[in-house]
Amino acid sequence: MTAISCKALCRTFQQGEVKITGLDQVTIDIDDGEFVCLSGPSGSGKTTLLNAMGGLDTPDSGQITVNSQRIDHLSKGEMADMRLHKIGFVFQAYNLIPVLTAQENIEFVMQVQGVPATKRHIKSLEVLKEVGLEGAADRLPSQLSGGQQQRVAVARAIVSKPTLILADEPTANLDTKTASQLMDLFVELNRHHKITFVISTHDQRIMTYARRLIKMQDGKIISDEKLSSAIQ
Amino acid sequence: MSIILRLAWRNLWRHKRRTWLTVSAMVFSNVLLVFMISLQLGTYKMMIDNTLNAFSGHIQVQHHLYNDDPKIRYSIPEIIQLTGQLQHALGSDAVSARASAFALASSEQRSYGIQIIGVQPQSEFKVSTIPGLVKEGRYLSDPYAEEIVIGKVLARNLKVKVGDELTLLGSGRDGSFAAGIVKIAGIYESGLTDLDRGMVEMPLLYFQQLFVMENQGHAIVVNVPDLFEVNQWQQKIIQQIKVQPELLALNWMELQPGLLQAIQADMSSAWFMYGILIILVAFSVLNTQLMSVLERTREFGITMALGLKPGKLARLIILETGLMASLGLLLGCLIGFLITLYYQRYGFYYPGMEEMAIKFNLPDRMYPSASWLSVLFGPLIVYLFSMLATLYPALRLYFLRPVDAMRAA
Repeated sequence: MTAISCKALCRTFQQGEVKITGLDQVTIDIDDGEFVCLSGPSGSGKTTLLNAMGGLDTPDSGQITVNSQRIDHLSKGEMADMRLHKIGFVFQAYNLIPVLTAQENIEFVMQVQGVPATKRHIKSLEVLKEVGLEGAADRLPSQLSGGQQQRVAVARAIVSKPTLILADEPTANLDTKTASQLMDLFVELNRHHKITFVISTHDQRIMTYARRLIKMQDGKIISDEKLSSAIQ
Repeated sequence: MSIILRLAWRNLWRHKRRTWLTVSAMVFSNVLLVFMISLQLGTYKMMIDNTLNAFSGHIQVQHHLYNDDPKIRYSIPEIIQLTGQLQHALGSDAVSARASAFALASSEQRSYGIQIIGVQPQSEFKVSTIPGLVKEGRYLSDPYAEEIVIGKVLARNLKVKVGDELTLLGSGRDGSFAAGIVKIAGIYESGLTDLDRGMVEMPLLYFQQLFVMENQGHAIVVNVPDLFEVNQWQQKIIQQIKVQPELLALNWMELQPGLLQAIQADMSSAWFMYGILIILVAFSVLNTQLMSVLERTREFGITMALGLKPGKLARLIILETGLMASLGLLLGCLIGFLITLYYQRYGFYYPGMEEMAIKFNLPDRMYPSASWLSVLFGPLIVYLFSMLATLYPALRLYFLRPVDAMRAA
């Protein structure tokens, strides 16, 4: 089944007098359970495509379907609901809420979903254990290393059992070892929870984990290949 | 405590100094409002009580034309009986009959135009403080005696003293010539210049005889134990006098419109100042929350990306302001209440208040009066305006797009 389907997506940005093309007639289908890397140089349109897939940005034209639901014409509230229940995000800069502890950051998403307090508490500890941070529940983001913060961000992204995780340069701020550990975690989550991963990166080492590599340039897909040599 | 509440509370203390500055502005304005409103209400109550207790009472039964046009012929028939009936119906002895006429009072040396009030000596002291303000001689005692008490200023003007006689010349109710010689039983000093200079009291029965009133009078004065009960008592009195449609019961606001206007004028100017204070506090809150929203734009973008709706984000900001305003409300009310309690007990004096004190028959020290209303009213308005000031920053979040917000520095 198709997790995401994009048809003829176009997106332009106005920067002063200059018109910049973010996406130019992008058409792509990603199946459930795929582990996809979007690669390309800065400004190639990776983040714009991820934002469009996650409903964070609206394309100028084209269609996006997530889990058989058209999302390009949803209202702000409907889009927020879809993100809350179906999509997990992992960002380059971790983006944890600085005044909440690791556990509270994870519980925050569940509270927004309306999960009861006891269930939230148990589930957040389970997810922290799953990402290898069982001892860091009460620490604030400022008391965690970059790798640990990114693991909390991953825990936050998977706690609501999304079918899709969109990760925008998730290893850009991590050292090689931590980046590898994070990618191992992603692969494990993909394998055990059947979560579809779409990861944007320009790091060659990260691309070796992908089973499908989509290369972008100037807002267009220039290659789309299945890789049999992925680290799994 | 829910995470949203925890988040709101911790967000407040990200910038401790800024939050404390805003809370301090709220506390300062709340303390000021609690004290000033308590002082205002305390002063008004004192003004009303002192002015009404001095002479006019809280309610008067009169002929329906008398208040606007106080002519001797607009009188109440069988006034003594009606007074007794009202005393019985109200279960109060603070009910007393009066009559009034104008006359020329002459001593051996001088003559002055005066207002003569016929009173019931045995019950007048229940509705007026004048009997207790007699400084020389004594108050009226014999209901038939041809005697009089006069104000200190009038005594000085007429150059008379206790025991001297005055000749009174006026017109009777029937238009006849009213003349009598009365002995000065006492001299009172109310502090109200108009009364001390131009009003004298004599027994009602002698007044009726002198001015050919035939058991008639002009007012039945009623004093109510509490100012807040005036309307209730007025309704009871209206029930009692409804068989006499020419009579009506007037409350103190109708009897003393000048007093009411003075209070309203004072309230208006005070609330103008309070309004400025409240708006300044509201702008301080607006500034704090707008800064807070602007510097957290990226964070809001992230939370929106996680699935938080703009409405919930707006509620978070409103909750943060609510917490800050509640802190200001609690501290402001508490400190304001304690300061008010201190001055309620010991009073205070400020230079220049003698004139107002004399005008409204007030004591020489001011005493604020703390009540639920005076303690909570001003701070609740500050709270309300603080919440209103948050609407703009909260509304900004409605128009925020996650992708733009996440790009913010």
